[in-house]
Amino acid sequence: MNADDLLKPTDAGLYCEAGDFHVDPWKPVPQAVVTHAHADHACWGCGRYLGSEEGERVLRVRMGREAVIDALPYGSPLDVNGVRVSLHPAGHILGSAQVRLEHRGRVWVVSGDYKVEPDATCTPFEPVRCDVFVTESTFGLPIYRWPSQAAVFDEINAWWRANRDAGKASLLLGYALGKSQRLLSGLDPSIGPIYTHGAVEKLNRAYREGGVALPPTSYAGAAMKGKGWAGAMIVAPPSAHGTPWARKFAPLSTGIASGWMTIRGTRRRKALDRGFVLSDHVDWPGLLGSIESTGASRVLVTHGYTAVVVRYLRERGIAAEALATRYEGEGDAQDRAEAEAMEEAEAQEVDAGGTTA
Amino acid sequence: MRDFARLYAALDETTRTGEKVEALTRYFEQAPPADAAWAVYFLIGRKPKQVVPSKKIREWAAAEAGVPDWLFQESYDAVGDVAETVALLLPPSEHSTDLPLAEWVENRLLPLRGADEEAQRFAMLDAWRAMDRPQRFVWNKLISGGFRVGVSQQLVTRALGKAGGVDPTVVAHRLMGDWEPTPEFIGRLLAADSADSDHSRPYPFCLAYGVEGDPAALGSVDDWVAEWKWDGIRSQLIRRGGDTFLWSRGEELVTDRYPEIATLGASLPEGTAIDGEILPYLDGTPLPFAQLQRRIGRKTVGKTILAEVPVVLIAYDLLESDGRDLRAEPFEARRARLAELVARVDRPGRLILSPTVVADSWEAMAAARLAARSHQSEGLMLKRRGSPYHVGRKRGDWWKWKVDPFTVDAVLTAAQRGSGKRASLYTDYTFSVWDDDRRLVPFAKAYSGLTDAEIARVDAFVRRNMVEKFGPVRTVKPELVFELAFEGIQRSPRHKSGIAVRFPRILRWRLDKPAEEADTLESIRGMLPA
Repeated sequence: MNADDLLKPTDAGLYCEAGDFHVDPWKPVPQAVVTHAHADHACWGCGRYLGSEEGERVLRVRMGREAVIDALPYGSPLDVNGVRVSLHPAGHILGSAQVRLEHRGRVWVVSGDYKVEPDATCTPFEPVRCDVFVTESTFGLPIYRWPSQAAVFDEINAWWRANRDAGKASLLLGYALGKSQRLLSGLDPSIGPIYTHGAVEKLNRAYREGGVALPPTSYAGAAMKGKGWAGAMIVAPPSAHGTPWARKFAPLSTGIASGWMTIRGTRRRKALDRGFVLSDHVDWPGLLGSIESTGASRVLVTHGYTAVVVRYLRERGIAAEALATRYEGEGDAQDRAEAEAMEEAEAQEVDAGGTTA
Repeated sequence: MRDFARLYAALDETTRTGEKVEALTRYFEQAPPADAAWAVYFLIGRKPKQVVPSKKIREWAAAEAGVPDWLFQESYDAVGDVAETVALLLPPSEHSTDLPLAEWVENRLLPLRGADEEAQRFAMLDAWRAMDRPQRFVWNKLISGGFRVGVSQQLVTRALGKAGGVDPTVVAHRLMGDWEPTPEFIGRLLAADSADSDHSRPYPFCLAYGVEGDPAALGSVDDWVAEWKWDGIRSQLIRRGGDTFLWSRGEELVTDRYPEIATLGASLPEGTAIDGEILPYLDGTPLPFAQLQRRIGRKTVGKTILAEVPVVLIAYDLLESDGRDLRAEPFEARRARLAELVARVDRPGRLILSPTVVADSWEAMAAARLAARSHQSEGLMLKRRGSPYHVGRKRGDWWKWKVDPFTVDAVLTAAQRGSGKRASLYTDYTFSVWDDDRRLVPFAKAYSGLTDAEIARVDAFVRRNMVEKFGPVRTVKPELVFELAFEGIQRSPRHKSGIAVRFPRILRWRLDKPAEEADTLESIRGMLPA
């Protein structure tokens, strides 16, 4: 990193001195610009949040009703203490944004988490030209190459159908925020009824209010005791796996949707029936393509296979450096962080006198 | 190939035994016999000698994928399996092959042996280009071996029995020993008549479960015969048709490696099969297993090693006598005939009847068990009086009752990613203890014993506390303490600690102990046999 960098890593996160704000801080700060509402990018307790208009509802669910959120439409610039800030679609989850910063002729883009594949539940990724591009590297190995989304949804629906015909319920695991809604958008509701975990249902509401079309779902907890679940699809966060809550759907088949399912060993270690390769992060070809399309002369690589991507880019003549952050990417740690964030948000609501779903 | 790749995927997708057997049965019911023969061969873990070196496969795949060597290595570290890494890295394919498995194996794979490198490379690229990703993976597996897909020989046997309408124990027996994967073999495997033409074939070994808790739960001590549990190589000595065969439990024919035992064969009556244990034995006492290791794998045995590590066969059971299968007879009847046989044929101390341990109560038995280690035994074997000789591992009639292991509290000082199922996690650990100068010295590696949740926590610790990198090994801040168990302990000049232990594994995570309070080398030396 250089002394005159527009963003610098600090204890609290990436700090823009010129504009006096942090981007995706991991500790509470007075002014946070957030790329998206996942717990490792949007931390609780900041003075003000600046986020995308598309993502305002989900950010509100996460940060609580007291949080001060300034919403900015994609592409429209805002002057923050002389730094020109604008947000651009990142294609990761509803409202996810790349943060573009322009100051004294230099342009930086922090992409947060992103993917380039189409996704019916959010605005697609848009490459933004810049001098310095900050990129994630969660799946920064050439073994990660996503199959087409349509093929994966076909696989999931075929699995659901087969389970239904065998008299079983299907429990499909994916993060409550983003992955679950993307999964729902690809399910074929003609196969059977769809139920959701409370954490998922709550965010479904925010998605639907944001104009995202999802098939009809019901909160699984509200269903009557002793109900037969055969043929039903239940969408829940990964932390639900193996819990008494999940067991009440038996007989059931359990599947998970994650980019890590590319590797057989990972799926087998989790002792799940099925693993579907579906990620909200960019794969290897997407990563290299995105970097190229920014035209950046310098690339800062963060969370994931940082060292691998840095070395690969350098060997191709691109100035690349590792940037240490506390973002988790996609994985168990992220899942835990998400589960904790949900609990925290609910606890805050109770404190504020609200009710929980 | 397509059906076999689908079978592999189906087996891989489920952890449920019933579903695996179902998938296997379906496959065997519809597969042409030539394909079924190869499928059995690979699924139970046999493999042709590797025809193309792994190194070359990696090199050609990396070139085809346009990936530099170091990046292939990084990818491999994440995947933990060459065959799978290659399948994931190769450029996407638009083809898939309809050719049968047998065709691929017999006309494409086997001819690669002895072909020159360029021809091998060409054939590999050709194969990859003709296949889709699941097929490429299976093809790579066929070449590199290590076909682990969570299918035991027992499951394959069950499925074959179902598909062919044959008793699975008969199938199990026919799968033993030497055979070639041909359509004729599948015919014989599933034949209705039980006549058996292969005279080298061993019987499936009867295996025991470990005693859990109080052995008194097994009933009266008088219903059981106890023997020492020896730490050697379980094997079967067979004399049929004037030939002698010595099989290890891994179904390897090891007759030539143990000439002392092979020569016993000539004095055995025609039609004899003895279940026993090859044990290193000198001057009337067993030697430690480490000594036997000097002979395992050695194809030719010289005079020196024969003199330093002579072996005997401890006879446990008599499975066949006068060409008749005795396995259904009661244990005592088999044992009596075995005793008679041993008395008749024993060359000075080469064939030894497994001694029994007599005790009139479980307390007395427990006391006897404590003495096991003093004569290189691992504990006791309990065999129910009147029981038959079972096929494979069956609960109820045979139990192993090992002595409690040695235990030590050691510090985690290095970690490495696992392979296969554990490829993405740091699961292979090096543990150290304090030496006389209060420095940590590595003394054991252990891979098992933690729960998945604990592994995830240790993995996170390793990632956050790395100190140095040595190839795939990461040294970590010495902070976590674990209780390790192991079975045997030996002096070893090859180890930095001067000590080698047998079967080390993790008993529990000592969250209550700081690294400073881990054990010392000195206290471990105290466990060495005098």
